[in-house]
Amino acid sequence: MSNLIKGEKHDWETVIGLEIHAQVKSNSKLFSSSSTTFGSKPNSQVSLVDAAMPGMLPVINKYCIEQAIKTGIGLNAKINKYSVFDRKNYFYADLPQGYQISQYKHPIVGEGIVTIDFKDGSSKDIRIVRLHLEQDAGKSLHDQNPTKTYVDLNRSGVALMEIVSEPDIRSADEAGLYINKIRSILMYLDTCDGNMQEGSLRADVNISVRKPGDDYGTRCEIKNLNSIKFIKQAINYEVKRQIEVLEEGGVIEQNTLLFNTSTGKTRPMRSKEEAHDYRYFPDPDLLPLDISQSEIDNLKNKIPELPDDRKKRYINEYNLSNYDASVLTSDKSVSDFFDNVIKVDVSLKQSSKIVVNWITSELFSLLNENDLEISDSPISPENLGKLVRSIKDDVISGKIAKDVLLEMFNTMKDPDKIIEEKGLKQVTDISQIENIVQEVINENKKMVEQYLSGKDKLLGFFVGQAMKKSQGKANPKILNDILKERLSKKN
Amino acid sequence: MEFKSISHLKSLLDNNKISVKEIAETYITKINEKKDLNIFIYFNEDKIHDQVKEIENLSNDKILKGIPIAVKDLFCTKNMPTTAASKILENFKPTYESFVTQKLIDQGSIFVGKTNLDEFAMGSATNTSFFGNTINPLSKNNNPLAPGGSSGGSAAAVAADLCLGATGTDTGGSIRQPASFCGVVGIKPTYGLCSRWGIAAFASSLDQAGVFSKNVTDASILLEEIAGHDQRDSTSSNVNIPSFSKNLNSDLNGKIVGIPKEYTIDGISDEINQVWEDAIKSLEKKGAKIKHITLPHTKYALPTYYIIAPAEASSNLARYDGVKYGFRAQDTKSLDDMYELTRSEGFGKEVKRRILIGTYVLSAGYYDAYYLKAQKVRKLIASDFIEVFSDCDFILTPTAPSAAFPLNEKQDDPIKMYLNDVFTVPASLAGIPGISIPYGHDKEGLPLGIQLLGKHYNEQEIFNAAFALEKDYE
Repeated sequence: MSNLIKGEKHDWETVIGLEIHAQVKSNSKLFSSSSTTFGSKPNSQVSLVDAAMPGMLPVINKYCIEQAIKTGIGLNAKINKYSVFDRKNYFYADLPQGYQISQYKHPIVGEGIVTIDFKDGSSKDIRIVRLHLEQDAGKSLHDQNPTKTYVDLNRSGVALMEIVSEPDIRSADEAGLYINKIRSILMYLDTCDGNMQEGSLRADVNISVRKPGDDYGTRCEIKNLNSIKFIKQAINYEVKRQIEVLEEGGVIEQNTLLFNTSTGKTRPMRSKEEAHDYRYFPDPDLLPLDISQSEIDNLKNKIPELPDDRKKRYINEYNLSNYDASVLTSDKSVSDFFDNVIKVDVSLKQSSKIVVNWITSELFSLLNENDLEISDSPISPENLGKLVRSIKDDVISGKIAKDVLLEMFNTMKDPDKIIEEKGLKQVTDISQIENIVQEVINENKKMVEQYLSGKDKLLGFFVGQAMKKSQGKANPKILNDILKERLSKKN
Repeated sequence: MEFKSISHLKSLLDNNKISVKEIAETYITKINEKKDLNIFIYFNEDKIHDQVKEIENLSNDKILKGIPIAVKDLFCTKNMPTTAASKILENFKPTYESFVTQKLIDQGSIFVGKTNLDEFAMGSATNTSFFGNTINPLSKNNNPLAPGGSSGGSAAAVAADLCLGATGTDTGGSIRQPASFCGVVGIKPTYGLCSRWGIAAFASSLDQAGVFSKNVTDASILLEEIAGHDQRDSTSSNVNIPSFSKNLNSDLNGKIVGIPKEYTIDGISDEINQVWEDAIKSLEKKGAKIKHITLPHTKYALPTYYIIAPAEASSNLARYDGVKYGFRAQDTKSLDDMYELTRSEGFGKEVKRRILIGTYVLSAGYYDAYYLKAQKVRKLIASDFIEVFSDCDFILTPTAPSAAFPLNEKQDDPIKMYLNDVFTVPASLAGIPGISIPYGHDKEGLPLGIQLLGKHYNEQEIFNAAFALEKDYE
């Protein structure tokens, strides 16, 4: 697949690297015991350490370290047994210490690999440079008072993992797939809740363009994007801007940009003169981290089945295509739902494709209409499994199944009960169908003659009539067979 | 009325010869009489009376029950404001009690007040305080002398008999040098022995709490009370704290004393060398063997210290920005303006100087040449000590290159001032314990201190040697 972009003068290649900031799923902060609950009253989750009171010292939260190591394992990355926390020094009102504790020269996780899958069944590896732990800053609220800025320190000190990719990404779509994949891995690992709206996952995007075969161009960094839609928009805008500048003979200045979500444009965040010198140095309040092989091994044993493994399992066990399997596994809750549907009956294994369709088209459209997540689905996987089994076993037709599904959605009832109570079972009794067929033939003598004289298309009409008489319950295959047989007998 | 030691006062209290209230009143009187020395930043009689009521109810088993203690105003205390001698924390009232002071409270001591210091512990004369100079109680007539620094207020409080013990912090000599200037005992234990939790930070990898007292036994009693592991300080050591006071032993038979040749420097008075000689002889008399040793990287210690300490300080003091607590400049136009004015007006000259030095040595392009190199040299200095300690038990040196100097003498010459730390800084960089005890006088009659340096976590060894020297000296 070619990602080249046609400019006025020649083709351009986009080069993208991403820094993803993922909030570590943990009840308490990276260096203090304050809670991390989202949406609490401003400054209600601030310890003396978070507020940087004199003489207060950070203490590493071991759980956050474990979460970072697990994430490293999930990204197929090297876990660094020795890592160091550094101070990144700068002044801002929502940075109480006057520095952020981060990891600079010695991150906890080194090189890794993440695979993204395309619609055409192909896939691509994106290399990870590193993952490091750092503290989040607080929040400056500029809109509460016309002349004052308020500061909320609830987020101050919350643990973030910064996941840095190599510049291996070549388009906005690839960037989207990459973030989705990272998000999915983190959610499988339960190391980040993946909630982009609440800011649990944000990205800085580094973009440059070049003529194919050239060295990397000068890059610009777009800061703090919190939805895949905006990331794609920002990339597309910025690529276009850079190509225009270059084709007009200009040069790209390395810069930090902000993306305005209402205008869809990027603009410089600060000028060069304001460029920060962060004066990184090892935090003397914290000892370097020493992680043993046995600690790493212990965590390895706790790693659940990850999307790539699950995808392979789906391909091998259920015969799904690479793309179907990757779409299904990308969202853990959907994939878990699927697994639980299949569990209902061994025989469903052979009908996995039907199960996928019922989840991704029928169930999803009902959920979407009602603005529900799959985790809130009124239809349980068990009940959906029973429904699919009924279809597969010819107990009901696909058409009736849709009505049953709606009933299940509204009443949360067992589909077998609905079928029973409403008498929706397919008619498979041959003599009963023969009777219906006979009635239809008797009532439509002219049509039968036309059919016999060669108008084969009329078969559909007879099927429709017979189906109507059976209130949709006649087994279509049996009905078809009997009709054809009876009509040919007339010869 | 003078109480000569903690055990003396404690026995009077245990035998009902004196009450906690009487002790408090005695010291309140003493402090009021010495107000002109400007030893205390915070002294409030009511606060002392409040404590008396609590302490009276404590069991006499509490080791420090009724013992008057002065607290360096760098330790955060719940019942008294904490300023770090800076305008930027002028009205700061902590809601928490530092680890060290909490331990002293738990043992029943009376806090008589918060003592003066160099602003954020940056100085060697207690003359950079926003609250003015402290005057050395040993000053004569019209020649006011510096008490040393940065813990000058605490050393002076003990010397002026305004308490029986005082807390200090030592980053490059801030306990040992003022102890020497004021003629009292001062110990800086091994880095990590006392928790730094609740002490306003100057240079985190060097800061260490310690104590001042009138004699070695009292220092050993106080140190064993304030030492101990604290989970809230990641650099606090989890080691057993022996009962230093019970183990005190002046028999030095078989001990080997290292005498480092690098501590003989130009411009040191004969009096100091004489005191050093006397101390060597005294140790020999107690059974110790003398070994001449070399600590080859000593000459780099001072420049190394004056890179690492300011670097850490520049970052540690970034939190004083006027946003959350403390002083904030008024009528500022923007956030940057607020920072600039708050910090310009809130910090004194010496603090600003060190923040600038620290910012410089950490900046892009200079980091490797200064900070990184200093860290490497620091390792060499530490390994010098480790090497010599493989064949000696402790080291004996002078504490400071001079006796107490006149108040304003080195005010305008920071380099001269920094040279005061020349004998104390190496131990700080190596993280080893050091104690200074008074040992002789100069021709003006001013006290001179002698310093004993020990192996990591081997405070007992230097307490014992100091105890032996003290006995001989008496």
